[in-house]
Amino acid sequence: MAEKTTTRREFLLQVAQGTAVAATGAMLWLYMLRQEARAHPYALRPPGALPEPDFLAVCIKCGKCVNDCPYDTLKLAGAGGNLPIGTPYFTPRDIPCYLCPHIPCMKACPTGALSPALKNINDSRMGLAVIDIENCLSWRGLRCEICHRECPLKGKAITLETHPRPISKHAMFYPIVHSDACTGCGICEKACPTEEPAIRVFPHKMVQGKIGEHYRLGWTFDTEITQDFKPSGPPATGGAPAKPPKKAPGMDYLNEGGL
Amino acid sequence: MSSIEPTRQDAQASLDKIRARTLPQRLWSWRYIVLRRVSQLGILLMFFGTAHWGWQVAKDVPLLTGNLSASKFAGILPMADPFAVLQIFLTGHVLQTEVLLGAGIVFAFYLILGGRVYCAWVCPVNMVTDLANWLRMRLDVRPIFHITRNVRYLMLAAALVLSALTGVAAFEWVSPIGMMHREIIFGLGLGFIALLAIFLFDLLILKNGWCGHLCPLGAFWSVVGRHTAQLRVRFDARTCTHCGECARVCPEPQVLNLKKIAETGYVYSGECSNCGRCSPLCPEGSLAFDLRPLIRRHNERSARVVS
Repeated sequence: MAEKTTTRREFLLQVAQGTAVAATGAMLWLYMLRQEARAHPYALRPPGALPEPDFLAVCIKCGKCVNDCPYDTLKLAGAGGNLPIGTPYFTPRDIPCYLCPHIPCMKACPTGALSPALKNINDSRMGLAVIDIENCLSWRGLRCEICHRECPLKGKAITLETHPRPISKHAMFYPIVHSDACTGCGICEKACPTEEPAIRVFPHKMVQGKIGEHYRLGWTFDTEITQDFKPSGPPATGGAPAKPPKKAPGMDYLNEGGL
Repeated sequence: MSSIEPTRQDAQASLDKIRARTLPQRLWSWRYIVLRRVSQLGILLMFFGTAHWGWQVAKDVPLLTGNLSASKFAGILPMADPFAVLQIFLTGHVLQTEVLLGAGIVFAFYLILGGRVYCAWVCPVNMVTDLANWLRMRLDVRPIFHITRNVRYLMLAAALVLSALTGVAAFEWVSPIGMMHREIIFGLGLGFIALLAIFLFDLLILKNGWCGHLCPLGAFWSVVGRHTAQLRVRFDARTCTHCGECARVCPEPQVLNLKKIAETGYVYSGECSNCGRCSPLCPEGSLAFDLRPLIRRHNERSARVVS
């Protein structure tokens, strides 16, 4: 084999070519990373998932959570989709999370992207259910309340509020979601009977506001200033607040003999 | 002991031997390639069977869950890709013991066996690039340009630096290896476009372009196996006629620098993936898989036979 001699000029050119290839590659690479990381923020993660940026860094994309999900709820995001590549997610309208008490997906995770700090599945916060009150059957005045009935944490995550209404004997039963208890499992979204679900689960970041530190709810604590706004002494006897009627119309219609 | 310089006639005689092989002999020289496909597809099948057909070793003990990034065999043996774990580590996150242990196990395995055994025997993309390379040889595609194969080490460095800078595991997010495995095991996405790109790149643009020039995972394993690999290809300089068939079929021909490997007695470069193309083809039996501690003794024995 003849020894190849390289002149300085050739060597420098080779270095330049190598660098050019590497730089082109790196730019393409960075572009793809940015595309992936900017992917649509609508991704519901399995229970126990770390906050999204940490989750994206730590998840090794092995799919063991998907293997161990007994309901085939979890899927891995494919390449070219609108979710960050290779990460697990679920679509509640297809298959919601059924809140296995022993949390097999979290236990399968080898990296801790699904954090073992989650001990009770009811403490998971995969997302938050939001009701479109314009299209919710219950809010429109029909009797539905399926979401409330199906909710694994009914009475805590979804409560019903009854409202009398003057035009009908029927009361309104408004389902209300409470963020302090909603796990984001999506069983309500799956159960919702409307053509497009009127209750849907979103990542908290997409729907939840934040009050901010500088707002003070004055009536919740005592300071020198809020003292001034409080009524001094017992209320005058003559001006007692009107008591709510014992029975609002429609509240007890089944017992009122109206039917 | 006298080392005889092989003549042109010797080399021609070797080439004639290769041409004169019978069909069974030709097929037999493909044995390692067949074994590699069995290994690559078998691993893929075990993952797929566990994911889709519930393959178990015992009741409620799945056979092999996960994919090449991280997996668990028979419910007890964790495995993980050390390169992926290194990237995640560089994003500044603490990982759980299971994945660290798994990465350690896999790392130790390839450290002892030879890093790029992964490339030739496990990596699914190897099937795509081997096909491209085979087709390229059949079609006699002329090279357009050459770049140094050391670009892969730049890619390796870039993967680590980009992981630290962007806060996500840079190669794992674009890896066609991960895409191929995930999409076969967990359902289709558009990852096959990346594979098609690699196929066309290797076929029409640069010979051994992905595995031999660009892949940072291959570069990682090249570095890992460099000094510790025990499974190596023994080279017997005394019987070699310099016919050059080994380098022609080798996907990393720079590792077969005959002068240098004559001194060491084996293919020492970490870039050799133990793919087993050269040794069954060698008409003089100068190249053969061997364990490194035994190589010196085997070469001396053959020297005695020759003299």
